[in-house]
Amino acid sequence: MQLLFISPILFPLSGLLINAAFGKRMGERLIGAVASLMVLASFAVSAYLFIQMGALPEAQRATAVDLGIPWIQVGNLHVPFGFLIDQLSVTMMLIVTGVGGLIHIYSIGYMHGDPRFQRFFVYMNLFIASMLVLVMADSFLLMFVGWELVGLCSYLLIGFWFSNIKNAEAGRKAFVVNRIGDVGFILGILLIFATFGTLTFTDVFGKVMAMSALNSPVIVAITLLLFIGAVGKSAQIPLFVWLPDAMAGPTPVSALIHAATMVTAGIYMMTRAHVLYTAAPATQDIVALIGGLTAFVAGSIALTQYDIKKVLAYSTVSQLGFMVAAAGLGAYATSIFHLATHAFFKALLFLAAGSVIHGMEHLSKSAGAHGGAADGHAVDPQDMRNMGGLRAKMPITFIVYVIGGLALAGVPPFAGFFSKDEIVAAAMQHNPLVFGLLGIAAVFTAFYIGRQLVMVFFGKPRTGNAEHAAESAPLMTIPLIVLAVFAAIAGVLNLPGVGTLGTWLAPAVGGYEVEAFQIGVAGLFTLLSVAALLGAWYVYRNAFTKSSDVDPLAGLGPLYIFLKRAWLIDALYQSVIVKLFYAASSFLARVFDVGGIDGLVNGTAVLVRNTSGVLRRIQNGLVRSYGMMMLLGVVVVVAYFLWSAVAR
Amino acid sequence: MTPDLIVFIALAIISILAAIGLLTSRNAIYAALFLILNFATVAVLYLMLNAPFLAVIQVSVYAGAIMVLFLFVIMLLGAERLAGAETQSEMRWQRPLAVGLGALLLIQAGYVFITHFSQSPASPKAIQAGPMEIGMMLFGPYLLPFEVTSVLLLVAIIGAVVLTRDK
Amino acid sequence: MNSVSPYVLLSALLFTIGVVGVLTRRNAILIFMSIELMLNSANLAFVAFAHQWGQLDGQMFVFFVMAVAAAEVAVGLALIVTIFRSKKSTNVDDLSQLKG
Repeated sequence: MQLLFISPILFPLSGLLINAAFGKRMGERLIGAVASLMVLASFAVSAYLFIQMGALPEAQRATAVDLGIPWIQVGNLHVPFGFLIDQLSVTMMLIVTGVGGLIHIYSIGYMHGDPRFQRFFVYMNLFIASMLVLVMADSFLLMFVGWELVGLCSYLLIGFWFSNIKNAEAGRKAFVVNRIGDVGFILGILLIFATFGTLTFTDVFGKVMAMSALNSPVIVAITLLLFIGAVGKSAQIPLFVWLPDAMAGPTPVSALIHAATMVTAGIYMMTRAHVLYTAAPATQDIVALIGGLTAFVAGSIALTQYDIKKVLAYSTVSQLGFMVAAAGLGAYATSIFHLATHAFFKALLFLAAGSVIHGMEHLSKSAGAHGGAADGHAVDPQDMRNMGGLRAKMPITFIVYVIGGLALAGVPPFAGFFSKDEIVAAAMQHNPLVFGLLGIAAVFTAFYIGRQLVMVFFGKPRTGNAEHAAESAPLMTIPLIVLAVFAAIAGVLNLPGVGTLGTWLAPAVGGYEVEAFQIGVAGLFTLLSVAALLGAWYVYRNAFTKSSDVDPLAGLGPLYIFLKRAWLIDALYQSVIVKLFYAASSFLARVFDVGGIDGLVNGTAVLVRNTSGVLRRIQNGLVRSYGMMMLLGVVVVVAYFLWSAVAR
Repeated sequence: MTPDLIVFIALAIISILAAIGLLTSRNAIYAALFLILNFATVAVLYLMLNAPFLAVIQVSVYAGAIMVLFLFVIMLLGAERLAGAETQSEMRWQRPLAVGLGALLLIQAGYVFITHFSQSPASPKAIQAGPMEIGMMLFGPYLLPFEVTSVLLLVAIIGAVVLTRDK
Repeated sequence: MNSVSPYVLLSALLFTIGVVGVLTRRNAILIFMSIELMLNSANLAFVAFAHQWGQLDGQMFVFFVMAVAAAEVAVGLALIVTIFRSKKSTNVDDLSQLKG
């Protein structure tokens, strides 16, 4: 039975082992099949666990899987190696393996002909296994292991086409920025241990619930530290700068890791630790505000980007801001609901964007590698100014893109409408400032996705690449269609007034109140979204007739530049933090390292060299001197025996 | 002063002189000849010690075969003139130190000899050591070492052939 | 003093001369010959002891020492010849490097 519980992890793990060991001889089809089937097997097991859980009465649904292996036992730190399967983790497992499986299948087509095809699927399976460790962990420490593993996979996959130095640098940036968040997370874990003496979720939460006082300083500190971890992983202000650069990775990676699953780990973690956050309303206010600000800032940046994936990346940051805000408002189930719908429609948008890029590359490549996508061709296949008119060339991609776009924009009856509406409604009740930020962000969302749809699919083709674009293979379009269906109907998971998902999650996330459908708010935001979409259509329908045309928004002048350069945040970091760091480093390198450390090390080396220079004369390589040593030894030994004989 | 002792002293002096000649001669051929002389005197000493068989193979194998091999190699390599090669190198201390340590070793051996050996009595019975007795020993208690020795010699033959073969 | 002690003393003396020869000569062939001298002096001591104890075993040892010496000379001289071919010298002081 325990094996069944951990088998979702074991399947992708064995897949990666098989592919790593035998992949060289297996050929693309088999590698892709093994990797995808393993993830789908995980999905099947997760679904089975889900159904079984649903059959149980509510109180018995959470299962602690203790493997009976003591993992760490140092002093009074006891961490067992165990997993916690409850409504929350099983929901996450379904999302991770379901979306992950579809993206695996899509990747077989997308990565076709890549020289590192095998490595790609090894990393992808490793990611799925790591992500499942993260969501199934029963303690903060094991969660942190999964947290770091997914970070590693993210780094490896962002820099997957590392032969282009830009991609390698993007991977490094993601790694470094994530470390900042991880420091906060691990400090939080240490503080939890110092305070409660345990790290398993149930024990910690039990002890927190026993405390009656709200906002006790230690809990606020813990939650803030954990939130720093979430800020890094889920790309919130001020650490969101890594996510747009992470688009350097292959598009399925962007879809899986940097849109649907890994970046939501921060939201999952806060939801899992909701007991702590509920006990610290002060932190919650900060969380909600950061979430709202992120949603607003990232949404405004997305208005001005030309790179098809960058728009989606900032959109992801913005949507993550919605989820974080929801968590900050205490609407954890709503947050997970938006996480689920977002996983569907954002994965769909990314994969469809990948399909567009794939189509755009038809002209300049025979088949295969995307590696040179950004630099190898005269025409950048990711720049939306080079596209246009793809509606007729790629009809399936167009339709699913429109579905994903409408879901993102929050147009009923698509999935995004319901989840976003719920978040906005919660914000309106609790926090007017966050409500305002989220409201503007929602309008931005509709505008930039409308702009993207127009620039990519409408008008006339603006380059030869767009002229010769062609629909992708079924291996890629079928997952798109499946995801499109989910993006369209996933709203039924948690219909207003019914709240299936929320009620299901309620015991694991500290309760959920089914909200009545507020027609006023929903109607207002639907109107705003549609208006923004139409506005985008109106502004952009004739804006680009050739690639070099100027964006109509450029009329905003300095504000446009400010947005286009992402609020100058990267530049700020570069000029303040990085420069300062370099100055400090070079000071330490010149004075401390060269003078102190090197002096010590070189001094030791000189000492050894001089000593051995003296001793070396013994080992002169001359046979006769060695013979002399032997004779000396014989004389001494004989003398010793004679002396001891005489002494006796 | 028994006749035996007189003969021994004469032989001992000859063999020591031959050994010193080996030590000091500048010509390798002379050194080899001194060594043969030493072997010959030792062979006579074997006879006096009631070991006629060993005396014969001392002459035939050692003085004959082995030393012939030495002479053959010396002449093959043209290494008989040692004057140039025997110049002083940087190891100045080597010679006096070697002589000093050798003297120490000799003193130690003499000490052991005086304190432990000289008191032990000689065996009353004389031994018979003709070829037959040697043969009985070789093919009796010493059969295994004898056979192993044959393998050793075979290995030596192969080794010598392999080492000196032209590439 | 007994009848074999002069032989043992002579053996010790010859052995020491052999040792000094090994350590002071630089010609590999002469070093080799000095080693033969040492072996020979040891043989003499064996035979002397065999005589003293009235046992043949000492003589058997000499027999085997001679066989081993013969094998050693064959291989040793082959080595000297090989070294001479590459170094054009039999001076052991020239052979101070592992690299041929």
